[in-house]
Amino acid sequence: MSILVELNSASAGYAGQAVLHDIDLKINAGERIAVMGRSGAGKTTLLNLLYERLAGRVALIPQATALVKTLSVFHNVYMGRLDRHPTWYNLRTLVWPRRRDVAEIEQVLDLVGLTDKLFAKAGALSGGQQQRTSVARALYNGRPIVIGDEPVSALDRIQGGEILGALCARHETAILVLHDIPFALGTADRVVVMEAGRIALDAPARELTAADLVPYYGG
Amino acid sequence: MTLRSLALPKLGYLSATHVFLLLGIFALLSADLAVSALDPWAEMRRLVSGLLRPDLFSIEAMSVVWTVAFAVIGVALGASAGFALALVFARWRAVRILAASVRSVHELFWALLLIQVTGISAVTGILAVAIPYSGIFAKVFAEMIEEADLSAERVLPPASSIVARFAYVRIPELAPQFWTYTLYRLECGLRSTLVLGFIGLPTIGFHLDSFFKQGHYAQAAALLLAFYLLIGTRRLWARPATVPLLIIASLLVLPETIGAGSFSGNILRFLGHDIVPTPLRNADLLVGATWTNFAAWLWPIVVKQILPGIGQTLVLSQIALVAMGMIALVLFPFICRRFAGRIGQPLGRVALVVVRSTPEYMLVYVLLQLLGPSMLPAIIALSVHNGAIVGYLMGRHADTLDYRQDAPKGVNLYCYETVPRLYGQFLAYALYRWEIILRESAVFGILGIATLGYYIDAAISEIRLDVAFVLIIATALLSMTVDAFSRGLRRRLRIDTLPTRLSAAPSEARVGAPGGEPRFA
Repeated sequence: MSILVELNSASAGYAGQAVLHDIDLKINAGERIAVMGRSGAGKTTLLNLLYERLAGRVALIPQATALVKTLSVFHNVYMGRLDRHPTWYNLRTLVWPRRRDVAEIEQVLDLVGLTDKLFAKAGALSGGQQQRTSVARALYNGRPIVIGDEPVSALDRIQGGEILGALCARHETAILVLHDIPFALGTADRVVVMEAGRIALDAPARELTAADLVPYYGG
Repeated sequence: MTLRSLALPKLGYLSATHVFLLLGIFALLSADLAVSALDPWAEMRRLVSGLLRPDLFSIEAMSVVWTVAFAVIGVALGASAGFALALVFARWRAVRILAASVRSVHELFWALLLIQVTGISAVTGILAVAIPYSGIFAKVFAEMIEEADLSAERVLPPASSIVARFAYVRIPELAPQFWTYTLYRLECGLRSTLVLGFIGLPTIGFHLDSFFKQGHYAQAAALLLAFYLLIGTRRLWARPATVPLLIIASLLVLPETIGAGSFSGNILRFLGHDIVPTPLRNADLLVGATWTNFAAWLWPIVVKQILPGIGQTLVLSQIALVAMGMIALVLFPFICRRFAGRIGQPLGRVALVVVRSTPEYMLVYVLLQLLGPSMLPAIIALSVHNGAIVGYLMGRHADTLDYRQDAPKGVNLYCYETVPRLYGQFLAYALYRWEIILRESAVFGILGIATLGYYIDAAISEIRLDVAFVLIIATALLSMTVDAFSRGLRRRLRIDTLPTRLSAAPSEARVGAPGGEPRFA
């Protein structure tokens, strides 16, 4: 299996202050990794670091849904592929989308159950709907690696499960921050737990049980 | 089909924009835009070559000093009166009406009226700024008081006196905002007093007027340079600590009055005779015939001056508003770090500040000489000046936006992220400047464009002050109507809580602060 990215005692931080220390992490193509840990443990910083290293091959689902609230769901999802069309085509899509693009995005929205909101303003959606739009943007983006920061945190178990399934089916490699332990064990084949800026646990999911993970959440 | 779908389309950012664009196009079709000058390029070349070689030895130093002195005292008086009015602004309707009416009359119109009472004098120059500015200050200070975070006031002991409350909570909270706004108003005041020179007061504009008329562009350039220098360095010489010094020095250097006669006699004559409509002067107000005469006097003014004047004022302001919006949207990326880069951004800022500091009235005046009489010079001046202001503000907002890490770049970022996310803010600024543009449009009539100011200027030069007074009231009512309409529209679009004032835009400090983007070691 080919190595996608390899971190050797990497550190990272904001404005000179280190948030991550001594990170050793090797990620192979095709892996499904759940990144876990308490808030403030450095998960988002780790994802940012990986995103920098993998830039160009990643569909990103940021923690804040980062939608343009004055544009429609269609346009927000379309943004996933802005770089793959000429600028004049993007400008045209802004005022007068082509039927082919609309149909394609409708299919993607079907995966997250939002087809009825195709031309609704993103700002008018509920929190969960906005999160699903953000996921749809990554699905439509279609790059081989998906990096998601709590992509299903605002959704219920059933819907969240479906969406994680769609993400794993569409993208070869998935690196997702998840908080729900059964979800993580069910979706991922590898679990990385962060604690105070270090990797506290890195193990195949099949070797872990929920009881192994609970201590990291203070339970 | 439901009733809802039969109704008009819902008012949103897009439909509001379409309506304004459409009205702008209609206005454009009905406007006179001809370039009637025989050879505008030759004159333009002379102008540019003169502007590039400023003749620094020709500066009339006293005109610069008086421009500053009038502005300092005028703004100080306006701010003090405005502060006093702001304290009762929310409670007393009469104060709100007074403030709205004094600020709806442009400084130049105030000056034209005041010259009748106080002559070509320092008092005229100062009051022409102080009176309308007190209305503006009253409103803005009152808004700041209302919006201030006064949670600390609630924890004060209930028996604390009003003075103590003010000294401990309100003043510390509000003083910095008041100061920032006053400094911005001083910049406006300097532009205003400069322009007052064009109607005869001894400020920079007086000399600019004669230099431009004679084609002495190098001398004009030197004066303008001095003016930009004044505006550019205002943060250095206008500080809270230097205010008393500035005011005292300004009072000491004021010029002597030229031929005004007795003040009390003038004001009695002015109020009791000059501005009273001719048919009502010394007439019995209880007799019906007096009012028939009055109606016969008023009717032609309404039909032949007010209505056509309003029409042209609206046409000009509508075109200028739409053009301003387009210019602002094109300009703002040039002062935005994301688009212009670390080197381009400061350069863009300097350019926009220079454009913004150029008084529109002077710009129209110069362009009229270059292009000949039509609406075109006014459209260019209004849209460029206001476009630079709105563009500058939008650029500052754009710098505070957090984009997601995988955000697009260049034109894609501009069209898909920046403009959509800032569009409400853009509309708020544009609608707010609508009324300002309208007031300026009316004033440009003094320069010969057939807006309301044209008729006002004509009436004053014919010494028919009663007619001028009626026309000024009509102008004030028009600008208040547009102001109310603009506010209503902002409320409907739910953008009425967004900042509209220059001083309320995101500060440089916040812009420069590290954003959400992490740095990797």
